[in-house]
Amino acid sequence: MPLLEARNLTKHFPLKRGLFGGVGGAVRAVDDVSFTIESGRTLGVVGESGCGKTTTAKLVLRLESPTAGEIRFDGRVLEDLAGDDLRVYRRSVQAVFQDPFASLDPRMRVGDIIAEPVITNEHLPKDAVRRRIDHLLDVVGLPARSATLFPHEFSGGQRQRIAIARALALSPRIVVLDEPVSALDVSIRAQILNLLRDLQRELGLAYLFIAHDLAAVAHMSHTIAVMYLGKIVEIGDARTIAREPRHPYTKALFSAALPSHPDERREEIILPGEVPSPVNPPAGCRFHPRCPSVMDRCSTDVPTLEASNGRRVSCHLYPAGT
Amino acid sequence: MGAPLLELAGLSTHYISARGTRVTRAVEDVSLTLDAGQTLGIVGESGSGKTTLALSILRLLPPGARIVAGELRFEGEDLLAKSAREMRHIRGKRIAMILQDPMASLNPLFTVGDQVAEPIRVHEHATRRSAWDRARGLLASVRIAAPERRVREHPHEMSGGMRQRIVGAIAISCGPRLLIADEPTTSLDVTIQAQYLRLLRDLQRQHGLALIFITHNLGIVARMCDTVAVMYAGRLVESGPVRQIFDAPAHPYTRALLESIPRLSDVEARLTAIDGQPPDPAALPGGCAFHPRCLKALDRCRVEAPPRFSVGPQHTAACWLEDGSPLA
Repeated sequence: MPLLEARNLTKHFPLKRGLFGGVGGAVRAVDDVSFTIESGRTLGVVGESGCGKTTTAKLVLRLESPTAGEIRFDGRVLEDLAGDDLRVYRRSVQAVFQDPFASLDPRMRVGDIIAEPVITNEHLPKDAVRRRIDHLLDVVGLPARSATLFPHEFSGGQRQRIAIARALALSPRIVVLDEPVSALDVSIRAQILNLLRDLQRELGLAYLFIAHDLAAVAHMSHTIAVMYLGKIVEIGDARTIAREPRHPYTKALFSAALPSHPDERREEIILPGEVPSPVNPPAGCRFHPRCPSVMDRCSTDVPTLEASNGRRVSCHLYPAGT
Repeated sequence: MGAPLLELAGLSTHYISARGTRVTRAVEDVSLTLDAGQTLGIVGESGSGKTTLALSILRLLPPGARIVAGELRFEGEDLLAKSAREMRHIRGKRIAMILQDPMASLNPLFTVGDQVAEPIRVHEHATRRSAWDRARGLLASVRIAAPERRVREHPHEMSGGMRQRIVGAIAISCGPRLLIADEPTTSLDVTIQAQYLRLLRDLQRQHGLALIFITHNLGIVARMCDTVAVMYAGRLVESGPVRQIFDAPAHPYTRALLESIPRLSDVEARLTAIDGQPPDPAALPGGCAFHPRCLKALDRCRVEAPPRFSVGPQHTAACWLEDGSPLA
């Protein structure tokens, strides 16, 4: 059984219009999305602005409730959890966000920041809390004296380590990583990515890794889900997709990724136009207005995710069984 | 070959506090050249001085910053000897700049047409009508659909990618010889970034523009640039032809940077992290500023900043590991 499973997950945000707040349409942020995350594995979600990756993360963190569909954790539906069960879930799922300057309270000492979830969740004696803090700081590679300092005394990379220590304080089973390195300096990113990989191996953590840097996602993930306008267009083994993307959008996305060497020449696919608004997504396949391989049926028939060459693709170019 | 389009020799820009007691050496002793039609990437992390260097070239420095030493030549002319009035005639006409955030560089109160036409009216004293005609053509050349309608719209009516293309149209409006782009695609989505980089390259070919990319992203350098200058703590640590630097980086910082980046072509490899963090430009370590993070630091590196050594044709590195005689 997977640790976490999303089934037909859908989230629409109704748009209020007019003086009396009548509902007129909805932002279809996430539409009929299914995926699984196993213990000790990473699901990477890639896509551009408005593709629904952050809404997906919020649904997993239970900061939003789905409009339809469900998320199961250890086989139990999230929406049905209450009381102690919900508390257990909240402890089991933690998050690290993009901006370590915004996610740490500037008036709290680092030790208190890390201790806060421990104190509110576990009734431990003071010295046990202190030992836990020392241990967590050690795990993320910060000196023990950091506990008495304030966040502003740390650099961006060190602050991200503090955020990771806080996320690990309650021994979670899954951590949502929303652009965890994009706010950091280039020479610091590898430190944090390596730390996250080591922690996963040592603690058996599952990650939901969201980033726009395709190479970083491919490096960190076991499975990649590519999203476009609220839908998963391709999902499967990270190396398979990175080596040979199949969906025309995935192809364009990977061809747009910047090379790591001047001689690395990928076929340059430049998509026309920009991502349309999720309020009125195009009919049929949502990608069809920008697709270089568009066919007649793409503007009317909605494609479904079908197994194709070792991954699942949602595209009429790859009918089921090819 | 004639004189380079742009030539910096020993340029130093310092931020000096109001009482003159504290000096931050944001740019220190930078020498580089750029030929017409070529693309140079200036790479560095936050605080490396790359943006201050770009602003020094335009002499658009904030109060408190001063070019304290060195030479700055553009098309053979000494830019440091120009008056503020002469510089205004150069900026926007012969040297243009694109900034990171397109929303901040466009005025929300004016139409797109007014803003694209403005430099043409200021620099070429064109009439409003002919400047607007040119503006429509410029919008078309940066691939904005329906330019005759778009010129009458305001920036908020457009997407981020379109705004950045409008900023590009303004930059090329007076046919500059040099375009400086400071992190021009960091706020854009991946596929929009690809569109924009392609556009910049097309404009460069059509107009014979020289380009300077200020970026922290080595991928942009790999895709776009002919030569690259790597900055660390205000100094140029390595510069040379892009291919040579990617194949055989000479400076330990450049090498570490290249090894620390995830590659799509090899997703398995463990990343080589650089320990520590970039220094605070107001409190630089002595000697070579990279020595506290350098795995190969020698005793000498702690006390004496290295001069630039020639490593190959047009390839220099400021590192004591290089032997030979330093460049003058």
